[in-house]
Amino acid sequence: MNARLRWRKLVSNFMLTMTGVCAFVCVSVLFLILGYLLFNGGTSVNWNFFTKLPAPVGEVGGGMANAIVGSAKLLLAASLFGVPVGFLGGIYLAEFSGTAVASVVRYAADLLNGVPSIVIGIFAYSLVVLPFKHFSTFAGAFALGLMMIPITLRSTEEFLGAVPRMLREGAMALGASKWKTISTVIVPAAYRGILTAILLALARVAGETAPLLFTAFGNRFWSNGWNNPTASLPVMIFTYAVSPYEDWHRQAWAAGLVLLGLILIINILARTILSRGIAVPRG
Amino acid sequence: MGSRSFLSRLREGDEIARLITLIFAAMVVLITLLLVYELWVNSTLARHKFGLSFFVTRVWDPVTDEYGALPFIYGTLVTSAVALFLAVPLGIGASIFLAELAPPRISDTLQFFIDLLAAVPSVIYGLLGIFIVVPLMRTVIYPALNKPLGFLPIFKGPSYGVGFLTAGIVLAIMVIPYIISVSREVLLSVPRDQREAALALGSTRWESTWKVVVPFAKTGIMGSIFLALARALGETMAVTMVIGNTPTISASLFSPGDSIASVIANQFTEATGDLYLQSLIGLGLVLFLLTFVINGLARLLIIVTTEKGSKVSN
Amino acid sequence: MKRAALLLAAIVALGTAVWAQGLLINGAGATFPYPIYSKWFDVYHQKNSSIQFNYQSVGSGAGIKQVTEGTVDFGASDGPMNDAQLKEFQAKRGCEILHFPTVLGAVVPTYNVQGVTASLNFTPEALAGIYLGKITKWNDPAIAGANKGVSLPAQDIVVIHRSDGSGTTYIWTDYLSKVSDEWKSKVNRNTSVNWPVGLGGKGNEGVTGLVKQTPNAIGYVELIYAVQNKIPYGTVKNAAGSFIKADLASVTAAAAGAAKEMPADFRVSITNAPGKTAYPISSFTWLLIPSKIQDAAKRDAIKGFLKWMLTEGQSYNEALSYAKLPKEVVDKELHAISKVQ
Repeated sequence: MNARLRWRKLVSNFMLTMTGVCAFVCVSVLFLILGYLLFNGGTSVNWNFFTKLPAPVGEVGGGMANAIVGSAKLLLAASLFGVPVGFLGGIYLAEFSGTAVASVVRYAADLLNGVPSIVIGIFAYSLVVLPFKHFSTFAGAFALGLMMIPITLRSTEEFLGAVPRMLREGAMALGASKWKTISTVIVPAAYRGILTAILLALARVAGETAPLLFTAFGNRFWSNGWNNPTASLPVMIFTYAVSPYEDWHRQAWAAGLVLLGLILIINILARTILSRGIAVPRG
Repeated sequence: MGSRSFLSRLREGDEIARLITLIFAAMVVLITLLLVYELWVNSTLARHKFGLSFFVTRVWDPVTDEYGALPFIYGTLVTSAVALFLAVPLGIGASIFLAELAPPRISDTLQFFIDLLAAVPSVIYGLLGIFIVVPLMRTVIYPALNKPLGFLPIFKGPSYGVGFLTAGIVLAIMVIPYIISVSREVLLSVPRDQREAALALGSTRWESTWKVVVPFAKTGIMGSIFLALARALGETMAVTMVIGNTPTISASLFSPGDSIASVIANQFTEATGDLYLQSLIGLGLVLFLLTFVINGLARLLIIVTTEKGSKVSN
Repeated sequence: MKRAALLLAAIVALGTAVWAQGLLINGAGATFPYPIYSKWFDVYHQKNSSIQFNYQSVGSGAGIKQVTEGTVDFGASDGPMNDAQLKEFQAKRGCEILHFPTVLGAVVPTYNVQGVTASLNFTPEALAGIYLGKITKWNDPAIAGANKGVSLPAQDIVVIHRSDGSGTTYIWTDYLSKVSDEWKSKVNRNTSVNWPVGLGGKGNEGVTGLVKQTPNAIGYVELIYAVQNKIPYGTVKNAAGSFIKADLASVTAAAAGAAKEMPADFRVSITNAPGKTAYPISSFTWLLIPSKIQDAAKRDAIKGFLKWMLTEGQSYNEALSYAKLPKEVVDKELHAISKVQ
């Protein structure tokens, strides 16, 4: 009896240790990734990288200045498109709609969220690039913005819904219209959560490459305005990584480090905002 | 809601607000419908020419304008299967640790890191795949598997570094965070009395976890696996950088191959001729339908479990 | 909050502002001439700071496709457009597509065989056999027979080809179709073919990268990619029976015959050319320019570049291992520029 119990206890300790090993392995992957990027790209993240344009093939010393600015422009334009649609749509779901309409919209958003990014690229190409006969920053931003909509919409709905009834009822008791209540009481109460969601959506699309392949295309120079093709960090990483040039490999590592660093910072920022303040003040 | 008159609501801007937000909400639905419509309409030529045989034709030949989806469907499924084979045990093991064993603060911190792992973009996984996993495959993994087990069809043949197994390994790393975060949540939602009852009856910690808690959360865990599968199916960049880009169907995991997402990324901008392009879009439609079904199943399973948990605890 | 809004407005303004009053001309296509094109466009921009040629090296197939769709202003390809593609262009854009040869280049068989640093000799039968999947080991008699004195390992050959639509593929398969009936009937020539064996790399860059990293690999790339990346490349037996290494002289020799009989639309194949010193896998590469360009500024810029490219630009070729265009071809092209309206 005792022996059997000892065996079971042994198995138990072993298996539980194994789960700990699993967890350790999984978490350490993150640090391995960061470590590799730092090791390989750390020295290449220099002044040249941030300020110079790409050099002709085979020559060293180029940089990714245009790709960095290109990515920034793409993300800005994507947010200008995706965030209002998601935010206002979320307000509708949380405040105005009936359950039937809400289910349909929610379902569509979930569907959109699950669409592989390459298919979004196809969609953006047929809708924006072909009719206007132009690869453009605008087309790339459209594709990225599409991917931001579902996250923003669902989070807005969720955080608005979490605002306590007392706040709403208090405002209405004071005579405020529904819209006034929403804009001056409910949204400010939920703003932390919504901001978090926007940041997370931004971080997600910042690294997307596939949709940009057929929309923003690529550019060796600065991209003027919004109607021209533009370089972007993820596409540059892809192009340089599969090339045979050592110098380009170095730059790909550096770009990877910068990109991942940016994404991780946004993620950490978002989660800190969410956890530090209470997303929705309790009444 | 309807107690105030329409006019008074209008005056106070409520009706306008309602209308504006409704338009944006409707836009979401319209965009989604438009996407499906575009995929359907722009693949008409291919669908009419090949019909259902598109799914079973092995040939992909732009010279003779003959296109079949089988090699890409095969590649997509094989790499995803390998990914799940590696990711599920690791992921569930880790989620058990996080949900059952780790003290709450450590569990939250570790989950934080796992969430960060999920945020790493695909192209960076591809970068690491090319420069780390591919040489590793060539120098360590292939000899370790091929020498002793080379008689098995899945480990036969030469290795090029790139191939199904390499892509599967990279995909596994990418989907583990999804398995962990969802499984951890469903495990945490299992009511306390389940565990306590098992322990009270004399089971060890492991036995109560594995034989009581996990089965209770089984459906949700299945859901997390489906979620991971959906992500693996649609992955483009990391796969295209390490899979070998050859439409091959081979039993060997070391063989190069291609996936649906990867071939679209490679050939979309250069498909001259309408049939070629529309066949690629047809592939996109297939991928969309595949992920649509799997995502739907995933959500269903997760909802069922969380409801079950709340029902029992009430 | 206000500061954030101001910052946002500043970024939007910056992005919308036209930096230089510059003209941006977009092109896409072949990776084969990318080293010389990127040099040309860089030099040309320094001489004409208001004009920027943005060339994306995405493969000849994409170049043909995008110039046909009109999403780029010009294309580039090492495989001349076939009649069906010419018709498609005419139908979609309502004018002709003009081919302008730019440089002469060579496609070389490059390899990564352990212990072999020498230049291997390849017969047409060997190359066709390797790419058909019938010759599978490096020490096969078909290869060893031409390389007496070199110790070749009994290792499997890893065949590398292009995964994207490629003019380099066109040149390679064009050559193989001429020297192997089996290749012609099984695979034939195109920018994208149904490869019997092998791995795919994206662009000349991708193939070079794969060959460099994969032991016992063989691939086909434009000469400069092998040179710049210091990977060995072999000689090929030409139609006259000599093993020739690709260089400026042998590529120029391959074009000698074609120069005199250049057709008016400049579409010509010079693979397996006659001549004792001719390198058999040589080719022209072309810029694809629509015959009608509506934007006058763009049209003048493109015509100006073409003129520069045919005169001053050619002086940059040899440093990057591309051969200059024969004089007869240059003269014919200078005349043909007037066709761009």
